[in-house]
Amino acid sequence: MSAVADAPTSAGGQSRFTKINEAVIRIAGNSQDGIQAIGGFLARLAGRSEQEVMTFMTIPSTISGGPSIFQVRIGSGEVLSAGDEADLLLCFYQHSYEDHIKSLKLGGIVLYDADHVTPKPEWQESYRHVGVNISGLTVEAIGGTGRDKGKNIYALGLLAKIYDLEVAKLKRLFSERFGGKDASILDNANACFDSGYNHSLENLLKSYQFYPGADKGGQQVVMNGNEALAYGLIAAGVRFGAGYPITPWSDIMELLRKELPKYGGSFIQCEDEIASVSMALGASWGGRVAVTGSSGPGISLKTEAIGWASMAEMPLIIVDVQRGGPSTGMPTNVEQSDLNIATFGGHGDSPRVVLAPSGVEDCFYTAIEAVNIARKYSTPVFILTDQGIATRIEAFPEPKLEQVCQDISPDLTPVAEHKPYDLSAPDGLTRHLAPGTRVASGKYPVVTGLEHDELGHPTGSPKVHLAMIAKRRNKLRKLASEIPLPKVHGPTEGQILLVGWGSSEGPMREAVDRARSVGDAISSINLKHINPLPNGLENIFKGFNHVFVVELNDEGLYGYGQLGSVLRARYADPKIQGINKVDGLTWKVKEILDRARALASAK
Amino acid sequence: MSTLAFPLVSLPRTGSLDLTPVAPLLDADRKPLTKKEISADHPTWCPGCGDFSVLALYFKLIERRKLWHEKVTTVAGIGCSSRFPYFVQGHGAHFIHGRALPYASGVSISRPDLHVFVFGGDGDAFSIGGNHFTHTARRNIKLTYVVMDNQVYGLTKNQTSPTSPLGYKSKTDIWGSSDRPVNPVKQAVSAGATFVARASAMNPNHLLATMEAAMDHDGFSFIQCLSECVEFFPGAFDKAIPRKGGVFNEVPKEHDVTDEYAAYKLADEAWPGNFGIFYKADRPTKNANEAKIIADHKAKVQGLADWQILQKNFDRMK
Repeated sequence: MSAVADAPTSAGGQSRFTKINEAVIRIAGNSQDGIQAIGGFLARLAGRSEQEVMTFMTIPSTISGGPSIFQVRIGSGEVLSAGDEADLLLCFYQHSYEDHIKSLKLGGIVLYDADHVTPKPEWQESYRHVGVNISGLTVEAIGGTGRDKGKNIYALGLLAKIYDLEVAKLKRLFSERFGGKDASILDNANACFDSGYNHSLENLLKSYQFYPGADKGGQQVVMNGNEALAYGLIAAGVRFGAGYPITPWSDIMELLRKELPKYGGSFIQCEDEIASVSMALGASWGGRVAVTGSSGPGISLKTEAIGWASMAEMPLIIVDVQRGGPSTGMPTNVEQSDLNIATFGGHGDSPRVVLAPSGVEDCFYTAIEAVNIARKYSTPVFILTDQGIATRIEAFPEPKLEQVCQDISPDLTPVAEHKPYDLSAPDGLTRHLAPGTRVASGKYPVVTGLEHDELGHPTGSPKVHLAMIAKRRNKLRKLASEIPLPKVHGPTEGQILLVGWGSSEGPMREAVDRARSVGDAISSINLKHINPLPNGLENIFKGFNHVFVVELNDEGLYGYGQLGSVLRARYADPKIQGINKVDGLTWKVKEILDRARALASAK
Repeated sequence: MSTLAFPLVSLPRTGSLDLTPVAPLLDADRKPLTKKEISADHPTWCPGCGDFSVLALYFKLIERRKLWHEKVTTVAGIGCSSRFPYFVQGHGAHFIHGRALPYASGVSISRPDLHVFVFGGDGDAFSIGGNHFTHTARRNIKLTYVVMDNQVYGLTKNQTSPTSPLGYKSKTDIWGSSDRPVNPVKQAVSAGATFVARASAMNPNHLLATMEAAMDHDGFSFIQCLSECVEFFPGAFDKAIPRKGGVFNEVPKEHDVTDEYAAYKLADEAWPGNFGIFYKADRPTKNANEAKIIADHKAKVQGLADWQILQKNFDRMK
């Protein structure tokens, strides 16, 4: 919590509040305590107050119960990560207290449920302890039913008091959230909140107040990465999807199932992953790019059909919400270890496109780009997001929907003749006709996984195979030439260039800002286009002594992570090194900096 | 705000070919397609293969029912019989092994204006694609699935198939198959298929009538069509061919096609069994169910453009 200066805010002239730029609040409890709801309300409130916000959560993979945390970082300035250290730890149980106290910065506040937590004397010195009988007081607040359901909202009341949050806006959020249900639910929520808000926190001397956020020049929307991706697909014009439940992909599927019918579309839950990708391909062939998706093992199962899509040059969107692997791995933890399967997964030479959104807002726009690339280049396109982005909540400027929403309905007007795999097409690209389109010549195309001639009929001719292999490769080279180079964050010359992809972007940029403020010559770039890579990266690399590839995957047999290996193979540049980790958690800014400095000084 | 590196672009419909617009053609002005117009590549099957007859009858069906090239989609997986789409002039898809049904389901649900025919073999349907057979049947997707059952893997040259009879000697069951074969009709009935029939490539009139009935059925229509592999399992179906001394027993007139248990029992009769429609039920299709969900949801957002519907969601996330 960056406390700037005490400023008098009350009419009496007494300094009641300490003004702050940002706060990192970690809420620790069990998964059924509704701690995600507290975090969600805080994030939504921040978004409505034109503040920047980012959240981070861990959830157990068990069905019910198990420790769970939600961390929310609210800032009046730019927020790039969920924060390394917390300013305040709200803990509901002894295990929450003991397991998470180390995530608190020295001198930080521990707000604990005195009904369940016994503070340790040895920590009293280092952290300010504030105990409230949260469970008991919650029961009291809602009429003594003996259940402490609602203690999350009680605790939110406490936080609202400590951080001087806008009560009216919070209450509006409650009525939006609970309003449609039984009236007593909203009443109970308000009662819990008021009771917490009015609880006297005598031993906590100060309250805090955020500086107002910068004017964002318009409304912000608040959502998590999975929601942004699903809505992005809808905006892109996708109207059919098929999938199979798997964490953390399922949210996208559930949202599309609920929303697509309003737009005349369908999302089908299939019997397995293979059926899902197959059904989506059938719908894509029907004339409109369709989506399938999965996480972890589900992606492995889809690879044969994705190879077919590469061969038949069928547009398709495959969402991969990466999680800890291999195999069942760590289903509710984050990793970026599917770059290889997305880029190379499958037998034979089967080029495809891989895009990696860097955050929640980028999920929305990446979905639209993915659809447009799939259509234009007749290719399967992977969207590689991860568990970290999927579940974190961010506020971002509301997209101009009237401008970005697109109609990609198939054109069924008859044509004179047609060859989908036309080798003499001036742009080198394949065009499919949706079934239902009459071809006056009477010669109709076939789509197939066999090597084929221009009409799609099978051939064993080496000459045709060479030409078609080149066609499928060259179209992605053409795409590479159209991809914009990523912007360098920081000066274009220096000692260290950090290269990241996907969710590494925020913490990496924050690391650069922090390092530069103490004089280190560090810059960063984040790659969104993973396959093909943009042309000209070597010119960016030239400006730096070291190029460190920051990614959440293992360093592998040869010492480089998955993107690191690709960059090494492409540029054969020994200054490319890897900064990798697989502890199942998102990057901390400090981790990146410490590792980068150590690696640079190791030479 | 992020900007799109790849905004929507309008794409040329074809590559280097003639782009002159083609006038629409009224159905009334069109003549039924001839066999010559419907046939594409010459089939790659062995001489004498039962699949030739199924293909010829498919052509006849298209001709007789005045189906147009562009409205017929032919989908297949992998196997000898699955090469079907190459032999037909019409939009065709030759998909991966065992997955023709989910692919065709995607076509059927997203394009209700098309006829969807799926052709394949017993390996595709009951071995590698067994799971999809069950679930496509229970979803009651509107499409016609003709399984050309030859009781052997022909394309890979004589391995045991899921419908190979007990004792069948193949390269993988040198001492004779010991796994109980799948009974396709029983499988289809128990999975919830709403049209289940059995036919033979050796009885063209009966097969054509069955295919027509299948096409007219609103739902998942399945035909187990015996189709001899003359190369690896010659004579497999002789007992059902009268000119070879066998009997072609049609489903008894008194059989109640709406009675699931009767269908199941009839399907259990000794080889070569009966031919005809075993089971037929009227149950809402997945297509109809989805269409209803869509209609209900669209009614609630009547008059709004797509972006306005999405805007409503975004307004709730502010």
